[in-house]
Amino acid sequence: MMVPLNWYLILSAAVFMIGMFGFLTRKNVIIMFMSVELMLNAVNISLVAFSHYLQDMRGHILVFFIITVTAAEAAIGLAIILALLRKKQTAHVDEMNEMKG
Amino acid sequence: MLQQLFFGYYAFTIIVLSLFVVTRKNPVHSVMWMLLLFFHIAGLYLFLNAEFIAAIQVIVYAGAILVLFLFVVLLLNLKEEISIKRFVGSWPAGLFVAGLLFVSVVTVLGSYVQGPIGKYSIEAVRSETHTKALGKLMYTEYLFPFEIASLILLVAVIGAIVLAKRKLRS
Repeated sequence: MMVPLNWYLILSAAVFMIGMFGFLTRKNVIIMFMSVELMLNAVNISLVAFSHYLQDMRGHILVFFIITVTAAEAAIGLAIILALLRKKQTAHVDEMNEMKG
Repeated sequence: MLQQLFFGYYAFTIIVLSLFVVTRKNPVHSVMWMLLLFFHIAGLYLFLNAEFIAAIQVIVYAGAILVLFLFVVLLLNLKEEISIKRFVGSWPAGLFVAGLLFVSVVTVLGSYVQGPIGKYSIEAVRSETHTKALGKLMYTEYLFPFEIASLILLVAVIGAIVLAKRKLRS
């Protein structure tokens, strides 16, 4: 008895939704960044599930590259947050208004 | 039946843990819940016969990225963080948008048509191990993207140093 592919996709969509909710609503920059990681992980789950059910290796390769790029992105993003914390002494997005957005 | 129970446990735990990550007030707690979440996702990858992906999930995500997060979180002013409201004022709008996305994705799932089956069946992968199969493909067919990934990592290293270093008084 196999677990149907749809279950994995629904799980992936749910985790993606939670990550998106966190990104849109949290004030703290670091938690927002963690929500982005959460969304990437949701996509990884669906890629590995597709790869398993289609008996193909490409999904795994894509996940490998996604993890590589995520590591690079985390390094750069956290360096930006570090520079921001040093300059503004706060990590809350609602207090950042230099760009007049 | 056992498989479905296993999947159910993992799915339930992953969703609850990701809710914890997003809603906790203390960022250190968020990072810790995320650590547990990544271990559970690695378990799910093992369940899908992707040993190598599970290993790099634990090594890279749980071992490297979360430690970076923890370093930066420890620079925050935790007292201020705990006393302040954690969500922006218009959080129901964010919940609505995210829920809309979820509903639309789940609605679309019904019309999924499975494509042709590839040649990497479970037995084929098991006979030459997952890591070897992935490595063979990576160093032949996907060699060029692999090189680009190494370049991206180099750019990230240089960029992180340039952004995070203090301005020297000249």
